Amino acid sequence: MDTSALRESATFDRATIRRIQQAAETGVYHIRGWGAKRPLPHFDDLLFLGASMSRYPLEGYREACGTDVVLGDRHASKPLHLDIPVTIAGMSFGALSANAKEALGRGASEAGTSTTTGDGGMTPEERGHSRHLVYQYLPSRYGMNPDDLRKADAIEVVLGQGAKPGGGGMLLGQKITERVAGMRTLPVGIDQRSPSRHPDWTGPDDLTIKIAELREITDWEKPIFVKIGASRPYYDTSLAVKAGADVVVLDGMQGGTAATQEVFIEHVGIPILAAIPMAVEALQELGVHRQVQLIVSGGIRTGADVAKALALGADAVSIGTAALIALGDNSPQFADEYEKIGSAPGFYDDFQDGRDPAGISTQDPELMARLDPIEGGRRIANYLRVLTLEAQTIARACGKSHVRNLEPEDLVALTLESAAMARVPLAGTNWIPGTEL
Amino acid sequence: MDVLEETVVDLASTPVRELNKALHEAEPGSRWRVENPRGAHNVAVGIHEDIRVTVEGHVGYFAAGMHQKGWLEIVGNAGTGLAENIMSGTVHVTGSTSQSTGATGHGGLIVVDGSTGARCGIAMKGVDIVVGGDIGHMSAFMAQAGRLVVCGDAGEALGDSIYEARIYVKGTVASLGADCIEKPMRDEHLAELGDLLAAAGRSDDPADFRRYGSARTLYHFHSHNTY
Repeated sequence: MDTSALRESATFDRATIRRIQQAAETGVYHIRGWGAKRPLPHFDDLLFLGASMSRYPLEGYREACGTDVVLGDRHASKPLHLDIPVTIAGMSFGALSANAKEALGRGASEAGTSTTTGDGGMTPEERGHSRHLVYQYLPSRYGMNPDDLRKADAIEVVLGQGAKPGGGGMLLGQKITERVAGMRTLPVGIDQRSPSRHPDWTGPDDLTIKIAELREITDWEKPIFVKIGASRPYYDTSLAVKAGADVVVLDGMQGGTAATQEVFIEHVGIPILAAIPMAVEALQELGVHRQVQLIVSGGIRTGADVAKALALGADAVSIGTAALIALGDNSPQFADEYEKIGSAPGFYDDFQDGRDPAGISTQDPELMARLDPIEGGRRIANYLRVLTLEAQTIARACGKSHVRNLEPEDLVALTLESAAMARVPLAGTNWIPGTEL
Repeated sequence: MDVLEETVVDLASTPVRELNKALHEAEPGSRWRVENPRGAHNVAVGIHEDIRVTVEGHVGYFAAGMHQKGWLEIVGNAGTGLAENIMSGTVHVTGSTSQSTGATGHGGLIVVDGSTGARCGIAMKGVDIVVGGDIGHMSAFMAQAGRLVVCGDAGEALGDSIYEARIYVKGTVASLGADCIEKPMRDEHLAELGDLLAAAGRSDDPADFRRYGSARTLYHFHSHNTY
């Protein structure tokens, strides 16, 4: 059959048509994992200028280029000292298997960085295998325990995440095993909701008191992070600083989720590229840029992304989806099994259904056993090393002896949109859209 | 232990931070009296030893937050988030409390002689709460486990989206929230309610109360059960 004359609608493409058909068949909206999949202005739209006559590069393989970062030294007596500016984002035991959590902890520890708990509390495996563990303090308070709070190396008050700013969470019943249910004080097998609002504070003034409470309970030792989903980052960052945050964690709409309505993932929030300059502006106006650290996430894949995020003013980045891919998510080795569940390597995003062939987003003992936490930890550590080496490569080329010295001046943009969002000139011009020439 | 052995901390001259640090380092069995709290926030948070603390006066937000052990009494009123995430032990307030009393509490007993504001027992996970007076709207929202006893009236949307917690109300209920229904009082409920009232030092008759809990129709996601 000659298909060359067939033309797919850009508006009603095949995936859109299928969604309409599914909605009509089931009456239920589509829930999936992963983050935004639509094309978005991203770090790919930025380029580094590199050293030239007016800039002096560092020798690529010989000269030192620092990568360490201190997080949370504004108020905490025990800030986090990390060897690299790439951390592992919060992902829950429950959404992920215990082996996956352990692997993330092992890999992060080997690379000298932190990993983060998620909704559902801290597991002993995770604490035991993580040199630096950030404990998330979420609206649900599932598994929230002051003993774990004291065991943590930092506390992250979660207001939202990039995949769903303003949304709560969901963990479908197939993943609520006896252990997961026990940690969350819920019946086994029910579809579990995580609320979108904290139960005992509502706004920045209350949050100020809440942060003070967390400091009091932990005797002012732990850095307090505040995580926000990117929507109004200028105001949210300002208010988080005002409330006493030591670190602001900013997650763009490409940031992943284990289970959210697709309409939410694709249509709420802003790309991380647009969010970083707004948050940095807020920190600079308050005179606390680099004193209150900024961690950004949502679509970090390469050392170039790391370097670009730092150049725009972040102190560190977090990875989630990329870490799962490093563990084996979407690997071609599971092609046959992806096909059985209606997916394929490169497309799998049904983290909500608990049938992950790679043994990562599942609580099924057989599937989970496929992921060796030691080998997984090795892969995570390798990937973190590559990200760091790549970021160093770029930093040296820009003449920086530390990756934190990268700056907006090192960047240009390829598109009008990215130039306006990142607030760097359009390549080949001195024009930053939105500013006067 | 003799009353004279109490350690007195005057918050008129001592920062809350010093009080909390001292309570975290307190010897098990020691007694503490806190004076002049004057509405301070975060009073006596994070207590994790079996000690006895009396706070003489009104306190602000999150008093007795994350209480893990021992007995704490507030002779006065308390603000938002009293004994939030309490794990064990007893917290007693002789006056009234603001909203989110006992939020997400995992265990232990909270007794409020007066009334509470909105969201009393929100997302409670095993704590028992006994309120001598009324409770505000949206109380026991998403309550997962534990018992909430109300000797007065309950506000609107009681027990909205409740899981397995049990609610006992002696007075009127303005309205029930989504998926919360009245349930029959069986002997075991009368018995546990009697124990809770006795633990709270109350003489109310369990037979005068009604029980509310989850209809469990929201336990599995469906397009028709969203509101």
